[in-house]
Amino acid sequence: MTDPSQSTGARLAEDLKRLEEIVRLLESDEPELDDALALFEEGVARLRQARDQLAQAELTVQRVLEEADGTIRLEDVDE
Amino acid sequence: MPAPSLFDQSPDAAAWPVSKLTQTAKRLIESQLAPVWVQGEVVGFKRYSSGHWYFGLRDADAQVRCVMWRDDARRVKETPGEGAKVFTYGSPTVWAERGEFRLTVKRLIPTEGLGLQQALLEQTRAALQADGLLDPSLKRPLPRMATTVALVTSVDGAVLHDVVVVARKRWPMAKVLVIGTRVQGTGADVEVVAALRLVNRIEGIDVCIVGRGGGGREDLAVFNNEAVCRALAEVRVPTVSAVGHETDIALTDLVADVRAATPSAAAELALADQADVLRHTAALASRLAGGLRQRTRLAAERLDRAGDRLEGGLERVIRTRRQSLDRLGVALDALSPLKVLQRGYGLALSDEGRVLRRRADFPDGTPFRLRLADGEVPARVEDR
Repeated sequence: MTDPSQSTGARLAEDLKRLEEIVRLLESDEPELDDALALFEEGVARLRQARDQLAQAELTVQRVLEEADGTIRLEDVDE
Repeated sequence: MPAPSLFDQSPDAAAWPVSKLTQTAKRLIESQLAPVWVQGEVVGFKRYSSGHWYFGLRDADAQVRCVMWRDDARRVKETPGEGAKVFTYGSPTVWAERGEFRLTVKRLIPTEGLGLQQALLEQTRAALQADGLLDPSLKRPLPRMATTVALVTSVDGAVLHDVVVVARKRWPMAKVLVIGTRVQGTGADVEVVAALRLVNRIEGIDVCIVGRGGGGREDLAVFNNEAVCRALAEVRVPTVSAVGHETDIALTDLVADVRAATPSAAAELALADQADVLRHTAALASRLAGGLRQRTRLAAERLDRAGDRLEGGLERVIRTRRQSLDRLGVALDALSPLKVLQRGYGLALSDEGRVLRRRADFPDGTPFRLRLADGEVPARVEDR
C-alpha cells in the first residue's frame, strides 16, 4: 500500500485521496457487499495510517551541506 | 626622477623592442582590468565578410576601438547603426601588433531609452520566453500535502526564520532542508545555481522555495540572472519563488511554478494547514462508517426483496396447480354417465346390474331395470 521512497506528505496525500475514493464508492450503490466490506477495511487501514502520520508532528530543520567529495550531509539547525 | 641615459647601459638591455612594449601593455591591461560593461555610441561600424565586427564606441570626451568576433556578433539580433546607443560587455585589451588599445566585445545590447539593468532584464526575459520557461501552461501545481521543503536562501537572512515560523504553526510534521547560499554580491548567482542543482540530488523533496528578503533593485540582480532562472526551471519538484516584497518582481518569480509575495506567503502556499487536514480526515472517517452502514442496509433490503419474490413465486405455482385440478374435475364431471342421463338418456341394467347393450341381451319376457337421471323404473321385454 505504501511506497517507502515516497515522502511522508506524498504518502499522506495518497492515503487521503484513496480514502475519498473509497467513501465515494461506498456511498454509491456500486459495490457488492463483499467488495464493500473489503473497501471498508482498506479505508480503516488508510485512515489509521493517515492519522499516525499526522500525529508524528515534529518540525525538523536541517542544513544541507555538500562535502568536497560531493556527498550530501544533513546537519540539524536550532531554530 | 630623470630618465636613465641610454648610453649608461648596453643598448640591448636598455631599449625595449616595440613588441615587448605592446605585449607588456597587453599583459598589464588584461590582468588588471576585468571584463566590464561600457556604454556609448557606435561609430565607424564595419562588418567584414569573415563575420567579425569592427567599430568604435564614443561618448562626449573619448573613444575606444572595439572588435566583436563572429560567434558573439551572431547572437546580436540587430546590427547597430551609426550613432546607436549601446551597452557592451567586453574585455579591455591591447592589439599588440598595432599597439592599439581596444575592447573585445562579447555582448552588445541596444539601449535606446533603457537603463543597463532594464536592458539586460529585457534581454534575459526574451531569452527565457523563447525557450518556453515563462509559459504559464507549463506551471506545475504544488503538491497537496508537501512535507519536505527545500529552502534555497541565505542562512543568515530572515527567510529561514519566516518559513520556520509558518511551518511550525501550520504543518508541524514538515521537514525544512536549508540549502544555504549567498543571495547578493559578486558570485552569488553561481552559488544559487549550485544550490538549486543540489536540490535535485536530495531524495524525497516535495517542493522547493527559493527566495530572499526585500532589497534594492540591484540586490535582486541574482534573481534576474539567466543561469539562475534556468537552474530553477530544471528543479525536479514544483518551485515557489519568494523574492523581496510585494512590489518587487524578479525573473525567478516568472520562471517558478508559483510566485509568492514574501517568504512567509511562500511557506503558506507550499504547506497544507494541519487543522484543515484533520477536519477533512475526521469527515472522511464518519463518511466511511456511514457508507458501510448504508451499503449493508441496501444488502438487507435486497435480501428482503428476494425473499418476497420467492414467496410470491411459490404461491403462484400452487394457485396454478389448483386451477388446473379444478379444470380437470370439470372435464371428468362432463364425462360422467350421470351427466348423460341428465340430458334425457336412459340406461338398461340387468337384475345383476350389468349394462344391457345389444338386442341379444333382451330375450322375450326378461325383466330389467331402466336407469334414468332421477331413479330407476322396473321393466320387462314384451313379445316382439
